[in-house]
Amino acid sequence: MPLSLIAEQLLNGLQLGLMLFLLAAGLTLVFGIMDMINLAHGSLYMIGAYIAASVVEASGSFLLGIAGAIAGTALVGAALEMTLLRRLYRRSHLSQVLATFALILIANEIVRMIWGSQPILLNMPPALSGPAELLGFRYPAYRLVVIGVGLAMALFLWLLVTRTRAGMWVRAGASDREMAEVMGVDTRTLFTLVFAIGAALCAVAGALLGPLLAVQVGMGENILILAFVVISIGGIGSIRGALVGSLLVGLVDTAGRAFLPFLFRKLFPAAVASEAGPAVASVLIYMLMAAVLYFRPSGLFPARG
Amino acid sequence: MQRRFGGVLAVDDVSLDLAEGELHAVIGPNGAGKTTLIHLLSGALRPSAGTIVLDGRDITGLAMHRRVRLGLARSYQITSLFPNFTVRENLALALQGTGQGRGGPDDRDRARAELDAVGLGNRADQLAGALAHGERRQLELGLALATGARILLLDEPMAGMGPEEAARITSLIEALKRRRTILLVEHDMEAVFRLADRISTLVYGRLIASGAPDEIRRHPEVRRAYLGEAYLGEEGPA
Amino acid sequence: MRDTLRIPLRPWPTLAAVAALALLPLAALAIGQPFYVVFATRVLIYALIATSLNLLIGYGGMVSFGHAAFVGAGAYTVAVLMPAGIASAWLLWPASLLAGALLAFLIGAISLRTRGVGFIMITLAFAQMAYYLVLSLRALGSDDGLTLGARPSLGFVDLNSDFAFYYVALAVLVATLAAMRALLNAPIGRALQGIRDNETRMEAIGFPTYRLKLIVFVIAGAAAGLGGGLLASLNGLVGPNLLHWTESGLLMIMVILGGAGRLLGGVLGAAVLLGAEEAIAEHTIHWPLGIGVVLLAVVFFAPEGLSGLARRRRADRAGT
Repeated sequence: MPLSLIAEQLLNGLQLGLMLFLLAAGLTLVFGIMDMINLAHGSLYMIGAYIAASVVEASGSFLLGIAGAIAGTALVGAALEMTLLRRLYRRSHLSQVLATFALILIANEIVRMIWGSQPILLNMPPALSGPAELLGFRYPAYRLVVIGVGLAMALFLWLLVTRTRAGMWVRAGASDREMAEVMGVDTRTLFTLVFAIGAALCAVAGALLGPLLAVQVGMGENILILAFVVISIGGIGSIRGALVGSLLVGLVDTAGRAFLPFLFRKLFPAAVASEAGPAVASVLIYMLMAAVLYFRPSGLFPARG
Repeated sequence: MQRRFGGVLAVDDVSLDLAEGELHAVIGPNGAGKTTLIHLLSGALRPSAGTIVLDGRDITGLAMHRRVRLGLARSYQITSLFPNFTVRENLALALQGTGQGRGGPDDRDRARAELDAVGLGNRADQLAGALAHGERRQLELGLALATGARILLLDEPMAGMGPEEAARITSLIEALKRRRTILLVEHDMEAVFRLADRISTLVYGRLIASGAPDEIRRHPEVRRAYLGEAYLGEEGPA
Repeated sequence: MRDTLRIPLRPWPTLAAVAALALLPLAALAIGQPFYVVFATRVLIYALIATSLNLLIGYGGMVSFGHAAFVGAGAYTVAVLMPAGIASAWLLWPASLLAGALLAFLIGAISLRTRGVGFIMITLAFAQMAYYLVLSLRALGSDDGLTLGARPSLGFVDLNSDFAFYYVALAVLVATLAAMRALLNAPIGRALQGIRDNETRMEAIGFPTYRLKLIVFVIAGAAAGLGGGLLASLNGLVGPNLLHWTESGLLMIMVILGGAGRLLGGVLGAAVLLGAEEAIAEHTIHWPLGIGVVLLAVVFFAPEGLSGLARRRRADRAGT
């Protein structure tokens, strides 16, 4: 197994993990602070990708595309929070599941009405479409940039949450909402803000992943479930948990899909290996989640006690 | 026994024994680990170290419901009922759970006796969620009693009660003395000194004193540690 | 003496409902739309599946997000056994029931050690595992799934007739509802609802809660498996989409829509959701939007589901 292949897969895993982190961070904060299961989080990611695609097509600038996606999706997120979602905070998880599932249906259809059912194209900036030289082997330049942006955002979030006052409120809210309220934190505005930031992060992930994956209706659901796996493993309400969880999931999933079939072929007869390898690879992260939850039902870094 | 929560030693080297038929009170300031102690004894938590022995049998690893079947039951400091069931049905469940009933309508008949025992006879068909606070505490106690357990762990049964209601519960518990073995965690000193055969004092998870009520009343460390020194008084309750 | 938990049997409304359902195929024939018989049969089967999930969510407080896995287990059992030569429904359907029960036992044994959100997530995880497993095994048809040649045979009844199948499905649904009512009125049913309301206290008064929850989980899985077997028999094909997590989501929605914790909640939810789908789909290609709006309306204006609405109106009229 050539070293460059291993390195390439590890970088791919890192890239997936960081993008997952952008989604998981927003999701875990909403879950941790507002105690709300938001299935429509994936839809925000989808909307981000679509807006980015449209802006890029209209303006030719990828940066403008990302900016437009962030602004548009954050707006949609804030609007949703203020009108519908804040009424769900006190409801049961079951009601939240029902309501946000309804939002998925509605969002998918609205996107379909505007952009049609066919996947649309979001092209990466031409300057980055070639390979880059990295320590003696070649890796797509665009993916490197994605990793870079992901790391930058992770750092930014970490600073925001641990070094600013707003971040402190967020952490306080995550561990004990009522206490934070009693202490004078304006929870209403805070919640809207948290939601909007979460939406913005989704938009960034959507815009960045758009050129690599397909921009199509329903793209949110596939990544949503990965995000839920991440926050279950990482612990609800914890940014650190979301980061660790996403890197774990990203790496395990990518490495598993790349190397497990190969490993199986070495260990088992061909007939078994050809099917079992990919099969196990696809469920590896779920096995990981089940194992973590069994021993640590609250995840690895739960925000609350 | 010992119980750790991360860096906090909630129960630190506490050793207790309960003699049959005695009423052993456990007192101490808030946060002393008294409820944790009951969690450990009832099986809600596992001790980080130490063992629990019941009638010569090691029950340290035994699941909660099995301890109940062996005759060890508890009541909760924060009332824990079935709010959508009637009072009678709440008690019938306790009968069903401990095998004294089979879950049919007979249970609800038999629950009558349990109802009367805690003074809720006229509330039989009320939903538990609709009861007043004092009545809820009565039902809370009633659930523990209905299990038929020989050993009762009562966690602040008089929590949040006015003097009249507290007096009622105290008489109830007094009537149970001798027939059952009771570990009573309480803040109400009047009740404690009236009921207890022995008193143990917990402070910050450690057992600082254990003995007859008179001894405890005069114990210098207990008086020092206890915020409500006035409760202990010179002569005790009037 | 007041019994808050007992589910009464109202003979006249029940008879009327069953009679109406029995006449439905004839009505469909009369208006020249025999297709509706197949559609109605699908609704009956989903009513059965949703009812089994209602037992878990509504009566047991176990919000399982992986119920589609048991449906899939039952469906694929039939799809695998039929080509292998087993054509009798008397063997196939019990087999699918057993498949659902077995998978539920395996998943439940581990999942039920967790509670709350962890339970929701872990059941989702296991269902996803089942989905991806089915997707990748060539023996199970991978992406394309499997097709069955014909419908199973019941002996005296020819299931290839849509009409006959409808009545068989109706019989199975009614039998399941009767069994569920019996279960809920029995001691284990009372204990289950006690666990739903306050699991910790149930343990503290002597109930082996894990064991009881597992028993009910297996029963629900078995019923879902049976539903899956019926679905496979009706449609003549199975595909991995049956196990997709959005299918589990739709089942949950049926339960919540119809009213979790009400005996007919699953039936109502299945009928309304599938009916609304069908009705709206006739008018617009964007029918999921309509469904989404309906669901939102239910969450905000009828939080106890539709049977909750009926009960509330009855209570208002009675002046309570």
